[in-house]
Amino acid sequence: MATSKLTRRSVLAATSILAMPAVLRAQDATIKIGFPVPLTGPYGTEAKDQVACAQIAIDDFNAAGGLAGRKAELLVRDDKLNPGEAATRTLELIEKDQVNFIAGSLSAAVQLAVNNVAKQRGVIFNSISQSDQITALPDWSKTTFHEAMTPHLTAGAVGRYAFSKFGKKVVFLRADYAYGDEMVDGFKATGASMGIEVLADLKHPLGMTDFSTLLPRIQSLKPDMLVLCNFGRDQQISIKQATDFGLKKTTKIVAPILLYTSRVAVGPAAFEGVIGGTSYYWGIEANTPSAKIFNDKYRKANGNKLPSDYGALGYAGVRSILDACLRAGSVETAKVVTALEGAKYDSYKGGQEMRSCDHQSVQSVFIIESKSKDMINEYDVFNVLATDAANADNLRSCKDEGHA
Amino acid sequence: MDGITPDLIILQLFTGLALGAIYVLLALGMSLLFGMLTVVNFAHGAFYMLGAYIGIVLLGIGLNFWMCLLFVPLVVGSLGLLAERFLIRPLYGRGIDYPLLLTFGLSYMMVECVRIVFGTQGLPFDTPELLQGASDIGIGYFPTYRLFVIGVAAMVLVLLWLFLERTPYGLIIRAGARDPQIVRILGIDVGRVWLVVFGIGTGLAALAGLLAAPLQGASPEMGNSILAEAFVVTVVGGMGSLVGAVIAGLLVGVVVSMTSLFQPEMAQVSIFALMAVVLLIRPQGFFGRAGLMS
Repeated sequence: MATSKLTRRSVLAATSILAMPAVLRAQDATIKIGFPVPLTGPYGTEAKDQVACAQIAIDDFNAAGGLAGRKAELLVRDDKLNPGEAATRTLELIEKDQVNFIAGSLSAAVQLAVNNVAKQRGVIFNSISQSDQITALPDWSKTTFHEAMTPHLTAGAVGRYAFSKFGKKVVFLRADYAYGDEMVDGFKATGASMGIEVLADLKHPLGMTDFSTLLPRIQSLKPDMLVLCNFGRDQQISIKQATDFGLKKTTKIVAPILLYTSRVAVGPAAFEGVIGGTSYYWGIEANTPSAKIFNDKYRKANGNKLPSDYGALGYAGVRSILDACLRAGSVETAKVVTALEGAKYDSYKGGQEMRSCDHQSVQSVFIIESKSKDMINEYDVFNVLATDAANADNLRSCKDEGHA
Repeated sequence: MDGITPDLIILQLFTGLALGAIYVLLALGMSLLFGMLTVVNFAHGAFYMLGAYIGIVLLGIGLNFWMCLLFVPLVVGSLGLLAERFLIRPLYGRGIDYPLLLTFGLSYMMVECVRIVFGTQGLPFDTPELLQGASDIGIGYFPTYRLFVIGVAAMVLVLLWLFLERTPYGLIIRAGARDPQIVRILGIDVGRVWLVVFGIGTGLAALAGLLAAPLQGASPEMGNSILAEAFVVTVVGGMGSLVGAVIAGLLVGVVVSMTSLFQPEMAQVSIFALMAVVLLIRPQGFFGRAGLMS
């Protein structure tokens, strides 16, 4: 030991001096928000719109002076709609890019993978796609937030509207994975008290391109309502083929989430008269001032186009975090968590509240119907039939989710 | 399971045949390429997808659906000719896996190009007005357009059969498939024969894609899943056998259809279960020649 001048104290001192610039840099540097979304793959269109919308939130924040001069920056990564890829990208964002926060993801499984990485490293993650699991234990953590709606909330709102209007005899057709299962559970939970009769509950594999073999059977059951718990192209194709089979003559077609981009992709004829729910439709701007402001910003930044439902969530997810930073006056995780918990805000769709116990955003659900005539422009695709107002009673209770 | 009537079973059978018609068209082209050229064409699904998109382009410049039925196979078939001439031809005689790998890569490039040009989301494709709605076929209502697809598939089969069996050019193609050496010695340019066959095969794929578009819209990935199914059909029918492709195509359609009546979630697996059973009992498929792959 005598030969070495290296003592514990000197090592510590040296390390702290070396580490100091890094600490100083972290405080001056931009606020980095990692944004893993599936830019490639079947939900690429939605993902790109999420990026466009998230960028609006960043630009607004910076234009208003940032956090005492600290500007924000969006780090977009392609998760390819793959949980493994998403986990790797998230890990890189945290370890290599040293992001302060994570927002994003567009699939139940992917957001759970992102959340898993973020929570292990104590980084705030604000998820912008549907899942019941993420707000419940064991997936949930103190740094997990959920800006999007949950299947329980969505299916509940659509179910309450549809079961009371179109009849009680129901056939479910679900994509055989978490999304379909959670949606059907949500409908059944709501339907039980309304006395619905489930004639059949059919499953189809994800990514099916021909539903013709399921349709004669559904037709022969003569349901009042066919509830399609599938997403993206599965939804587009199943609605189109059900229309071709003449199912709409006797049966109302209902989808928990009627996607703006799907409707635009398939065209008015196939979606005519289909009912569903959505977290956002630009048309609410007529009587929602915050939506008008958001749409105008989007129009300005994107050549007069209009934001999609999932796109708008990209804006909300990033904005919630940045607003919380402003309220906290800091980017420190603990302070921002406190600022987010219980926050009441109206950033784009009317009043919302980040419920303290499970970090789920309490929000309204819009019941929409696809339009096929009297459309004022190419974006005018839905009528808003009803608004299921923001109400924590429509969510799963925190006790059900396993919170103390 | 209650509510299953004889009418429903017949309707379901019919649905299966309609579904099989698309498989048949796709597998025919694939089998043609393998039987004549020994090319396992992994880009077949991409040519199918291209058929739908070229259809959209042609509709966009003012052609109607009926004209598309003629021009889409011609346009995509011409692209197929280019692919054969400049990409596949240098690989003849190098073993079966060279063109296989090449077409595998080609399919990725085609899908990516379509994504760049037309976007990732997919595009709408309306059913032609004349064929919209459902028709009463005695046992229940059935989409008119699907009846039309069965008709087109049957017509293509007849034309293809007449071409191969009843024309001098068909004779050369069949001779070229059996023994290219002798045909070459007889002074016939076998290279050109193969070029034409490749054009016909890809043209058939494009026709299938165009016919599928009104059923499911057009998307860059539409060829991926059906490629696997078309391979199953070719393998079950016997690689290279046209009769096999037809019978296996219809059979696969019916198996999927009947499985979905009783156990919908097993429908896609049932295709592969069928293939496994056929391969165990008859490794060369229904009408395949044994040892063709070796």
